[in-house]
Amino acid sequence: MKPITHIRSRTVVLPHENIDTDRIIPARFLTTTERTGLGKALFNDWRYRSDGSPDPDFALNKPQAKGCEILVAGRNFGCGSSREHAPWALLDFGIRAVLSSEIADIFRGNALKNGVLAVVLSEGEHQYLLQHPGIELAIDVEHGFIELPDGGRFSFELEPFARHCLLSGVDQLGFLLQHEREISAFENAHKEAA
Amino acid sequence: MGRTLLDKIWYAHQVCEETPATPGVLYVDLHLVHEVTSPQAFSELRARGLSVRRPEKVLATFDHSTPTLPADASGKRAYVTAEAESQVAQLETNAREFGIQLYGWGSANRGIVHVIGPELGATQPGMTIVCGDSHTSTHGAFGALAFGIGTTEVGHVLATQCLLQRKPKSFAINVSGKLRPGVMAKDLILHIIGTIGVNGGTGYVLEYRGTTIEALSMEERMTVCNMSIEAGARAGLIAPDATTFEYLKGRPRAPQGSEFDKAVAAWSTLKSDADARFDREVDIDASKVRPSVTYGTHPGMVMTLDAPIPVAANAQERRALSYMHIESGKLLAGTPVDIVFLGSCTNSRLSDLRAAADVLRGHKVSPKVRMLVVPGSEQVKRDAESEGLHEVFRAAGAEWREAGCSMCLGMNGDIGKPGQLVVSTSNRNFEGRQGPGVRTVLASPLVAAASAIAGHIADPSAFVQEAAA
Repeated sequence: MKPITHIRSRTVVLPHENIDTDRIIPARFLTTTERTGLGKALFNDWRYRSDGSPDPDFALNKPQAKGCEILVAGRNFGCGSSREHAPWALLDFGIRAVLSSEIADIFRGNALKNGVLAVVLSEGEHQYLLQHPGIELAIDVEHGFIELPDGGRFSFELEPFARHCLLSGVDQLGFLLQHEREISAFENAHKEAA
Repeated sequence: MGRTLLDKIWYAHQVCEETPATPGVLYVDLHLVHEVTSPQAFSELRARGLSVRRPEKVLATFDHSTPTLPADASGKRAYVTAEAESQVAQLETNAREFGIQLYGWGSANRGIVHVIGPELGATQPGMTIVCGDSHTSTHGAFGALAFGIGTTEVGHVLATQCLLQRKPKSFAINVSGKLRPGVMAKDLILHIIGTIGVNGGTGYVLEYRGTTIEALSMEERMTVCNMSIEAGARAGLIAPDATTFEYLKGRPRAPQGSEFDKAVAAWSTLKSDADARFDREVDIDASKVRPSVTYGTHPGMVMTLDAPIPVAANAQERRALSYMHIESGKLLAGTPVDIVFLGSCTNSRLSDLRAAADVLRGHKVSPKVRMLVVPGSEQVKRDAESEGLHEVFRAAGAEWREAGCSMCLGMNGDIGKPGQLVVSTSNRNFEGRQGPGVRTVLASPLVAAASAIAGHIADPSAFVQEAAA
């Protein structure tokens, strides 16, 4: 994974609460055995009309959303299934950060492992971003703040290990594999106990 | 201070303690694998030249992408797409190459992963259990710490048998009182989700406890724990007891003979201490629970069948009511139904099928309704057929299918048409979950069966009284 230190982009806003993983990517697109190429199915049933054409009213289809890398979403984003296809689809589409007042546990873990910054903000900060779609934000991952166009800052907390992994592009499987000795010791201790 | 059940299981599996800078390393006793969330993990192992560390602790099956119609005379199965077929084939290849036991086509034990784990006795108290599937919470019914993980983590567990985790908080759901006739475990968990909210459990492990929970069968407990994730909790737990041990005794993967007695002695210590403190608690009066359904587009939008549809509290709820084509203040009971789905890891076990069959016996599914009955596993299917339940369903006009996830998430082509209303015993009523534009009403097997007969959403009470008479 490539290190991620800063993200600067305009925002695209989906204010709906409880945007679930079936909304992010419907189950019928999960028969793939690859991680890539899922961006075209992102928010599929929302983005396209029944004839397959893009719905011009959907926020991500609007011209001003082109190139936006920061998604501001309503409370409890990513609830539902454990499908990692959800962050894969966001990433493939070009979304690199999701901001909300609450993000579902499994989605948040999956997102961070794929270099999609999932950030929880206070209610007031979240409301401000929901009400000001399209503003340019500069996210500083290391120092944990988001800079607004007027110079104001929203600070945020990130689980320290997740932040470390994002900043230095740490491979978490590599990190786990370094614990081989402890894992073997644990297994041996449990063999004796059994 | 006493320890919670979560504390006891967590610390018994801690390979490395968590620190402020790093999560803990948690050992995994049982890793369940299915075809949808595993292929990319196996690819990662191949790319790195890694093997599966403990293949004997991995159990694989396919359930999501599989057709629920039987193979034709030439053995060909009606996959929804060639890609679905190749996804299943890829799990067969991966299991063979990495030395993992696969309960696949031809196995007498294939089925929904959360049905077969317990059925085989692979799910046991005190274990840590993970699967690339959010309904892994089901296994918590046995006093196992069981939760869903993403595909990257599936790779972590395959390669190291461990996960990097921080300890979640604990949340006691204290349930007392007697469930009324016609009220099922499904109604209880819908009521609980309605009470704590669709995100009320985020960051917590729920421990269901109290006299009501103790009185539930294992299958009922699984229904309750299954939907923990619908309240945002990755896991639900119920302390193991005599009911648990009785269920596990003699199952093929459970300890046998004197080993079983030793295991029971150890399992009996797995409960929260009397003086254990939970991070959060809520009390639920089970006697107040009525047959419940969802009326909106997330599982927290729950109502009882005898009440009017609640007033929309915000824009999102207004949108949900509009998607569902319903209005506040009116009754949901009486709304015409197009499809009834009896199945899923929530409600596809033998007792679920029996409950629905008892209602359907001697009745016909309304000619306006298509009813699909999908047993949770090959074993459930055989058991149901040996009791003649399949004949009851067929005589009523329902379709009797092969085991799988089917219409719960509609990955295999079992879906409704835009605008259709499905009364579903599954776990999620998200927009489009059962097909684009399809409206889902989550309900118990009794409500599903009663609605199938009536042709509209119906309270099962009259049928339940009739069946009892």
